[in-house]
Formats: sequence, C-alpha cells, structure tokens
Amino acid sequence: MTRKIAKLLKTPFFCTAMAIFFGSMVACGILLLTGYSASESLAVMFNAVFSRPKFILNVILKSTPVILTGLSVAFAFKSGLFNIGAEGQYIVSTIASTITGILFDFHPIIQIPLVILSGMLAGGVLGGLVGILKSKFGIHEVLTSIMFNWIALYLCNFVVNIERFHKQDSDGTYSINPSGFTLLLNDWKFSEEGRNFLKDNPILSDIILKTDFNLNFLIAVLIAFIVWVIIYKTKKGYEFRVSGLNPDAAQKAGINVQKNTIYTLFISGLLSGVAGAFSITGTSIHNIQTLSMFENYGFNGLSVALIAGSSPLGCIISGLVFSALIYAGQSLQFKIGAPSEIVNIMIGIIVFFVALVRIVPTLVNRFLEREESLDVK
Amino acid sequence: MKKIISRVFLAVFTALTLGFCALIVKAGVLISQGAGTDNRFFVAMVTDGGGVNDQSFQESAWRGMQSFSKNTGAKVRYVECQQSSDFPINIDKLADENTDLTWGIGYKLAAHIELASKINPERNYAIADFSFGENTPENVTGVLFRAEESSFLAGYIAALTTKKGKVGFIGGLKGLVIDQFEYGYRAGVAYASKKLGRDITVKVQYAESFTDSAKGKAIAMKMFDECDVVFHAAGGAGVGIIEAAKEKDMYAIGVDMDQSSLAPKNVLTSAIKDVGKAIEIISLKLMNRETIGGKTFSYGIKEGCVGIPENNPNLDKDIQSSVKKLEEKISSGEILPPGTSEAYDKFISVLSSMKI
Repeated sequence: MTRKIAKLLKTPFFCTAMAIFFGSMVACGILLLTGYSASESLAVMFNAVFSRPKFILNVILKSTPVILTGLSVAFAFKSGLFNIGAEGQYIVSTIASTITGILFDFHPIIQIPLVILSGMLAGGVLGGLVGILKSKFGIHEVLTSIMFNWIALYLCNFVVNIERFHKQDSDGTYSINPSGFTLLLNDWKFSEEGRNFLKDNPILSDIILKTDFNLNFLIAVLIAFIVWVIIYKTKKGYEFRVSGLNPDAAQKAGINVQKNTIYTLFISGLLSGVAGAFSITGTSIHNIQTLSMFENYGFNGLSVALIAGSSPLGCIISGLVFSALIYAGQSLQFKIGAPSEIVNIMIGIIVFFVALVRIVPTLVNRFLEREESLDVK
Repeated sequence: MKKIISRVFLAVFTALTLGFCALIVKAGVLISQGAGTDNRFFVAMVTDGGGVNDQSFQESAWRGMQSFSKNTGAKVRYVECQQSSDFPINIDKLADENTDLTWGIGYKLAAHIELASKINPERNYAIADFSFGENTPENVTGVLFRAEESSFLAGYIAALTTKKGKVGFIGGLKGLVIDQFEYGYRAGVAYASKKLGRDITVKVQYAESFTDSAKGKAIAMKMFDECDVVFHAAGGAGVGIIEAAKEKDMYAIGVDMDQSSLAPKNVLTSAIKDVGKAIEIISLKLMNRETIGGKTFSYGIKEGCVGIPENNPNLDKDIQSSVKKLEEKISSGEILPPGTSEAYDKFISVLSSMKI
C-alpha cells in the first residue's frame, strides 16, 4: 500500500499538480493581503474558463502558440541549449507569414502551406543563425537570442510602417488574403444561411461563431508527438540528448556537437515559427501590429517548457494549463479589478514550485528506505 | 528541538492547506450560485492604447460616459488597452458582460469593432473617429468629428497671436483623422494671414506616436526656436508639447479637451473635440430606442461637439470676439474649413477671391 502511494507521489504528473495547487495557494494569500476576496477570485477564474463552451474552446485555441513555443524551448533544452529567442523567432515568423500572405493569393491548398512554411523558415533561420554564432564563434546563445528578440520587435514595427503593407488609419498591416486563413467554416458562419442556422443553436454558435474556430491545436498536438519521436526514437535525437547531457563525452564518442547545435536551434526556431504562422493564419484579424512591448508568446513558452519538465508531450498539458491561467487572469482583472499581475505572480510561483517539488521523489525515497530498514529490523 | 520545529512546520502547513481547501469550497458555492443580473442599460468603452487619464481624447470620452451615467442612471465602464493585442481580448470580454453598447474610442479599434459586430450581431457597437462608409454593418455606428472646424479656429487664433510670423503644428501619426487637424489649421492660418495682409508660415512635424510625451517634448523644444505658437494633435504625446511651451514660455494650443489646466499661462486655447458629448448623444439615442446602427454621424461646431473653450484667459479680447464671428460663419456654412490635402488646395485657390 505505502509503496503504491509512494510510486504515485513520485510521478511527474502528481508533482506538477502539487506545484499548481501550492502556487494557487500562495497567489490566494497575495490576493487576501492586497484586500481582494480570494474565494470570489477563485470563482471568477473558474467561471472564466469553464462556464461556457466558448471559454473552454478559447483556452484551447489560445494554448496553441504557447504549446508550440514551449516545444521549441523544450527541444533545445533536451540538447542542453537555452532558447530564450523563441520570442524573436515567433515575431519574425508572424512578419514573414504576413508578408507572404499579403503578397500572394493562390488557392488555399497552395497558399496555406506557403504562408506557414515562410513563417517556419523565418523562425528557423533566426534560430539557425544563433546556432551558427554559437558553434562557429562560441558566442553564448542566450546573449545573441536576446538581441535577436529586440531586432525582431523593431523589424516588426518597421514592416508595419512600410507603405505597401500598412493599412491606413490603423496601427497594423493589411490582413493576409483570405485564402491563407486556417479558420474552419469562416465563410459559412457569416453567411445568411449560417447565421440563421446558428441562431437556433446557442451552443454551436458559442463554439463556431464566437471564436476563431480552427484545428491548429490538433496540429500542434501532432507536432508534439513528432518532436517526441525525434527526440526519443531517432539516432539524431539520441545524439541531441547526449550532446545535452555531456557535450565533451558526446564529442569523444564521435558526435559532431557543433553541427548538432546548429541543427537543434534551427529546428527549435522552426517550431516557434509554426507558432507565429498559426497566429497569423488562425487568429482574426490576421495581421501584425505595431508592438510597444513583447507579446510574450515566446517567453511564455519558457514557462510552459519548465512546467512540463521539457517533456514534449507534457508541453501539451502545461500549455493548456498555462493558457487557462492567462485567460482566467484576464477575467480576474476585468471582473474584480485585481491586477492581472497576480496571475503572473501565480504562474511564477508555480514554475518555482515545479522546481521545488523535484525534492518530493527524493523525500519519498528516503521515507521508503527508512521503512525498509525498519522492516529488516 | 528539530522534531518540534518540524512538527510546528507541519501543523502550520496543514492549517494553511486546509484553509485553502475551505476557500476552494467557498468558491465552489459561489460558482454554483451563479451571478446576479443587473438589468440597467450598460454602455462600455475601450481605449485604443492610451489610458482614460490621458488629458485628451480618452479622458474626454470617459467624462462623457460618466455624465451619461449620471443623467440616465445607466451603468458605464471603461477598459484600458496597453497595446493592440489587448483590443480583441477586451472587446470580447465586454461582449460576455452583455453590454448594450460598446464604444471603441479611436480609429485603431475599427477592424476589431467590425469583427466583434459580425460575431455578436445581437449587440450594438460604435466607433469614434471612424466611418465604415457604405459598408457600415447594421449594428455599428460611426462617429466623425469635423475637427477641421475647431482647428481652423485654432489656426486663426495662432496667426493673429504670433509675433514671429511662424506657427507650428505637431501631429501624432499621419492619417485621415489628423489630416483634419493639420489642414484645418493651415487653412485657418492662411485665412488670418490674408486678413492681416501678412505672410505667416506653418511648420509641420509628426511625433509618430500618440503616447510618447518625451518625444513630443523634444520635437516641440526644437520647434519653439522658430515658432511662438504651436498647435498639437498628438493625444498623450501632446502633454510633452505643452510642457515644452511652459519651459520656453511660448504658447501651445491644446486639443480634444480644454487643456489649459496643464499650463495655465502657456495654453493659448484648445481645439476641443468633445467626443464625450457625442458619446452622450449617441448613447441616449440608443437608450430611447432610436435606430443608430448602420449610420455614420458627423459632429461639428453646429452640434457643439467641436470648438474652443468659453474662457481663454491668455487670449486677446479682440481676437476672442472676432473668433466668435468666425465661429458663426462656420456654423452657418459660409466658410467650409478643409479637412484633407485636396480640399485645402481648393480652399487656398478660392481664398484669394474671398471677401474677409
């Protein structure tokens, strides 16, 4: 019996759940200290996520980019690299997909892959560049990628203000051509027929009409599986992991660590690129806008990867949790005026606890050892 | 000792956890009860980047909302956006709050308001400073201001006040809305310089921002080397321009609201664009079940939505009275201030034959 419980306590899932539980507990303490009703806040946050089909779907839709950037960070982590540049890779990808989406207008079968590939490539190139700088010149990837983040941010503002793309009387570009949208039923739901049909189906209308209904999330899940296969089931993936665990040993064993660094960061950039491209094709209004600060999709990817313990499949769940917390946080601010920073604090604490609860398995092991020694006596 | 500490720690930890569980249970009860409903007429506004204390457009809008609430008992609220990615989130959340009317304050919100109106056909939306023209959706109302009229007055006042013969204009971002200010102002200056029989030039520069007051100040500091009156249409960035006027002891002309409180000795007058009043008018129309959807309203001096403040302590008495006469001429349509570059060119060509 104790053994079974002990085994359960040691699973990563349980540890993460504990971290989330205690993270919310501390956040509630902060809410109480700042004079907001904690129980009301919890209720608001719960309702914000679960009270309507629209909210649940929105959480899922909004989790897509952070799952992908999370995967990007997790993938680099597995090879011992810290891809803090996911943010910049995300941004250049949105820029590239917007530009291709505006300039070309093919049939959706060509247009959608074209837009997404251009975004992916842009992200991949930026990631690969960081890899080259690291492996050829030994410049640390954290330094270069932080700088690239800022370059990407201002590049975005520059592109927005180019006359060919800038939409007058707005602070964004034109939307990409509709052939590049990855929304489902988009034409139908705004048509006369669709409207009349949805009027009588409040739940369907909630799901289809009121959200950017699309399947990008499922593709993100598929990508998570592909990443898992690459890392754990292929020779290259093995090389990546070994390079991460001990680069010197890997080098000695005949693995080209430097080349693998470039590969890893390129693939990592591709993954952030998918996130950016999906944001353009799958979220209304399908354009980029002037940024005054980072939108944090890339940085949130760091938290997602950390909560997931860099497991590709874990990123799906942690991405969903993360997106739910952010979504609930917006409501918290909206409904009871509590600063949404509270939610950011909560997320920070959860990440902190995730690192902290790693001691749980150790504690359990020690407890088990003591039991055993007692049994022997 | 070690044992006691660990016991105490365990006890506190358990108590906290239990307390937290109690909170969760209480929250569960709240969830199951559901929210009470408020049946009051509900009007909300979304800012387009600035806060509601921007001393300018957004603040004017929020004052209008508050006065609407006071007069009618309607529920009002505002939501501030930090940057563009907040627009869809906030507009969407307001739709979940069952608003009767949601205002987007500023043209930047246009695309998002249009999308929201498609997604929520049962709700009403309105947007200040933007017109969808003939494609206005049935549940959207556009509100335009003839800001060229008040800017014309501002230009007239500036030209009559300047001693150096050079006046300045600082805009936020170039676009249709700020064009109204720029060309209205230019025309006002041209009109006055014809009246005076003296050449007065206008220097124009853009701050490329509606929020960066430091940049506004830097541009204005430079401009005041040449000009002695500067008119701004730069939202929050304009706060810096007025600051510069104070430091250089020159005159600035405020915008959107009576901005004299920012620098009582250095704000000559303000080209008021009373978005708050327009909000009151339109919201009241909807409350009285008038159809406002699918239309675009245009408000100017005639409706009392643009103009200059009643009291301008820094303004010469003679100028003040001649402005009154000019105001009447604009109101009656005798003078049509230009709001675009083309209209301005036409205005200038007509001006030479105009009797003043």
